[in-house]
Order: sequence, then structure tokens, then C-alpha cells
Amino acid sequence: MTAIDTATAPKRRSARSYTLWLGIVLVGLHVALGLMTLVWTPYDPTGMSGGRLEAPSWLHWAGTDRLGRDFLTQILIGSRIALIVGTCAVAIGAVIGVTLGILAAFATKFLDDALAATLDILIAFPTLLIAMLVVAASDTATLWSAILALGIALSAIVARLTRILAKRVLLMDYITAARTSGTSWPAIVFQHILPNIWPTLSVSFALQFGLAAIAEASLSYLGLGAPPPNASWGRLLQEAQGTVYTAPIGAIAPGIALVTLVIGVNLLADGLRDRIDPTRRRG
Amino acid sequence: MSQLLDITGLTLRADDTTLVSNLSFSMAPGERLGLIGESGSGKSLTAMATTGLLPTSIKASGSIVLGGQEVVGASERVLNPLRGKVAAFVFQEPLTALDPLMRVGKQIAEPLQRRARRDGAALDGKALDAAILELFNDVSLPERLVRAYPHEMSGGQRQRIAIAMALACRPQLLIADEPTTALDVTTQAEILKLLDRLVREHNMALLFISHDLPVVATVVDSVVVLRKGEAVERGPVREVFAAPQHEYTQTLVAAAHAFDTALEGTP
Repeated sequence: MTAIDTATAPKRRSARSYTLWLGIVLVGLHVALGLMTLVWTPYDPTGMSGGRLEAPSWLHWAGTDRLGRDFLTQILIGSRIALIVGTCAVAIGAVIGVTLGILAAFATKFLDDALAATLDILIAFPTLLIAMLVVAASDTATLWSAILALGIALSAIVARLTRILAKRVLLMDYITAARTSGTSWPAIVFQHILPNIWPTLSVSFALQFGLAAIAEASLSYLGLGAPPPNASWGRLLQEAQGTVYTAPIGAIAPGIALVTLVIGVNLLADGLRDRIDPTRRRG
Repeated sequence: MSQLLDITGLTLRADDTTLVSNLSFSMAPGERLGLIGESGSGKSLTAMATTGLLPTSIKASGSIVLGGQEVVGASERVLNPLRGKVAAFVFQEPLTALDPLMRVGKQIAEPLQRRARRDGAALDGKALDAAILELFNDVSLPERLVRAYPHEMSGGQRQRIAIAMALACRPQLLIADEPTTALDVTTQAEILKLLDRLVREHNMALLFISHDLPVVATVVDSVVVLRKGEAVERGPVREVFAAPQHEYTQTLVAAAHAFDTALEGTP
């Protein structure tokens, strides 16, 4: 190790844990507040608690909406909705995507090519467009139709990434070594392939969590997401659109909430990646 | 006497290129055979073919009988039980032959447990830990390395882990594919000594693949010299090295001698 390496190594490590901790704080805040809304909210989320479109005050930290409901309460419930949608959509995308990707990596050349081409076409469609198609195909827009739609849209991205990562791992000597000692294919998948692609996949999952949270807000903004009274940030933004000049807090607050969650998740993913992957761990 | 490995008229082809042609040799249980040749002579492919692990683009013809089972044309279902149980491998580059994200103790535990399952017994908990430590002692590794990752070890230590993994299968035949090529000379000598001892202690046959004549000479009894996929010379190792018949073997031996002389000539 050169002198420069030893000098910079501790600094880089502290920078890394700084991003991890900031990520934990931001995500933790959203999770804690989202969980809190299950048992307690500052005001009744559906009841009027003040005048219409009040400016922020000590009584209503983020003001009130056009029906006189406490806006902070809506934002907090929005955290819960965003977390549910992000988590469930990524989970659905992960299960479908990883399964498809692994199957493609092991499939015969013809089947693999066909799958790869299908995935490329799916990815060429914007995530939001696929999600809109799925929502349109179901009768009524519910929270779960939005989640399913986003999960399916994300699964194409996951599948393509998994396929490439798995193919790369399959070329490694340790796979050959495992096969020469009689390891079965399922064992190779669970013991060698999944652990080795997991660090990269998990970062991708976090990025997709952010993507799903934004896409859900977009769907709700378009009226295709969670229907009222679910206080999705996207619907809050849409409702604030008409009054953005008189009560700008209505657009600013959901925006800040969405951005902090997405940034938090990304920082967390970055920091976790360095912890999960032992070959990147220092000291 | 029944042979452990019997290769007859083995030919390996990729598209229209012949990689190995009409190769025949056999190994009795406990026998030590060296497969010698330069890069691209088909040594490693022959080794992989013995357990039916050729790349799909390469077609084999002829016959390979491993532990009484015909390998050429056999299905995965038939072949997989042979792998590890009859023949186990040690590869050239120990860093890439070990899973970078699995602790080495666990990597040894896998083949140990598989072997136990195949024998119809479960191996876990304390018995498994004891078996792992026994293998660590067998390959002269300190026990504290059980929880280490491959990147935290030296090249020689990694190769010892790879050898322990092969031993864990308790094979009748150990196939060592240039196991010392990636190591420095001192470590090389230690690994050779280790292989020599383990093969003796565990009563295994050894198929040692190398391009390095002096290395092969220290561990095997007889050799087959491959050149461009054809066996050009074979016989007891002493005879082949003392009086090489084929022109190619002569150049190999001469090169090794010249290297030795050059080494001795330096002050």
C-alpha cells in the first residue's frame, strides 16, 4: 500500500458512513412517522380542524388544505402510503424479476434470447406507461392496483439486471469448482449466485424503491393511484395545483417529503452496499 | 484389475477444430499420472471431460469410463453423483476458484455436508465444525482462518483451502489442474509436498496436469505427454525424462535442463 492510500483510506471510510447514517436518519424518520400515523395523528385526517388554506402556524405546522384539514397530517399519512407502495412494488418486482432473470441465465440460447428481447422491449416503455396500462386494465384504481402495476413494471428492470449479473457469475471459476464437486444447480443458485449478485441487486432495489415512490406520486397525480381518502403525496400535489400561488406550502411540503424519502433510500443503499460486500470492507 | 479412469480414443472437437484427438490412457486406483503439455495442448479440456463438464460448444467422442460409469453422452443425473465422489478438482487460480463472498470454513462445509448426505448421514453442528477443523489441520492451515474470506488470505493459503474442499469430497481420484502455476516458487514447493502427502495418506489416485516438467516429476509415477491434442509419448516418469523418445519431449526436457543450468550458473 502506498503512502497516499493509507492517508486517504480513513477519510473515505468516514465519508461512506456519513452517507449511510444520513440515509438511515432520513428513511428512519419517514418510517417512524409513517408508523406513528397508525396510532396517532396531529389531527383527524378526514375532519376539518381549521379554516381553509390557512398559512403555517403553531396550530397547523404546514397549514390547512382547501377543505380545512390539517396538512401535516396528510403529509404524514402520505409517508405511510409511499413506504407501503415502495416496499410492496419492489418486493413484487424482485420476486418476479429475480426468478425470470435466473431462469433466463440458465435457459437455452433460444429461450434466453427471446426473454432478453422481451425484457428490452418492456424496458423501452416508460415505467409509468406500463403502470398506467395495468391500472387501466383493472376496473377501479386502488392502492393495490397501483402497487401491482409498479411491481410488474419494475420486474423487467430487475430481470434484465439479474440475468446479466447471473451470467457473469456463471462464468466464474468457483462455479466450475462447485460443479466439479457435484453441487446441484439449485444449490449453486442459492449458495453462490444469489449471494454474489445481491450487493448489486440491493442497490438497484433501493433505486427502484425511489422510482416506485415517485411513480406512485405521478399515478396519484394523474388520478390513477390510491383513491381518496388515501393521502398520497401525488394527490396532495395535484390538489395544491390550483392554489399554488396563494398557498405554496401545499406544493412545497409534499415535494420535500418525497425528495427526502428518495434521497434517504439512495444514501442508505449506497452505504449498505459498502457494508454488505466484504471485499469492499476495509479494516 | 478394474480401472478407476479409462479413456479410450477420446476426441474433442469444437466446430471444425480438433482439440484432442484419439487420446487413450487409464489409471488404476492409487496411481499417479502426469498429463504434460504446453498451453492449448488439450490437457485441461481432457480433465474437464472426465466428469462431463465440457463447454457446450465442445463435442466429445470416444469413451471415458470413470468409476465404472461411461461419461461421454451420459446425462447430468448420472454424472452429478460421480462429481466429487469419484473425482474432485483443484484448479490453477485459487483466488477465482473460491467464492469471494463465502467464508472459507463454509466453503469447506458445503462439500463435507454433501458427501455426508450422499452417504446417507447428516453432518451439522459440532460434528461439522470438527470435520472442518480436521481438514484445516490436514492441509496445515491455522484454525483461526475458518471465518476468513478468500481475499484475506495469501495465495498459498487459498490453494490449501481449495485442496481441502477437494478432500472434503473424499474422492478416489484427485485431478489437479496446474495447481501450482499461480503460486511463487517457495509456496509451489509446499503445495506439492502437501499434495504428495495427502494423496498418500488418503489413498487417492492423482491426475496431475502441468506444463512444468520438474514440478510433475516430483509428484507422479508416470506421464503422458500431449502435443496439440495428441499423446506423443508416455511411460514411467524417470524413463521419459532420462531418455525422451519423441522430438517434442526432447525439447521440453532440454528446455528444463537449460533452465536448471542457467539457474546454477548464476552466482
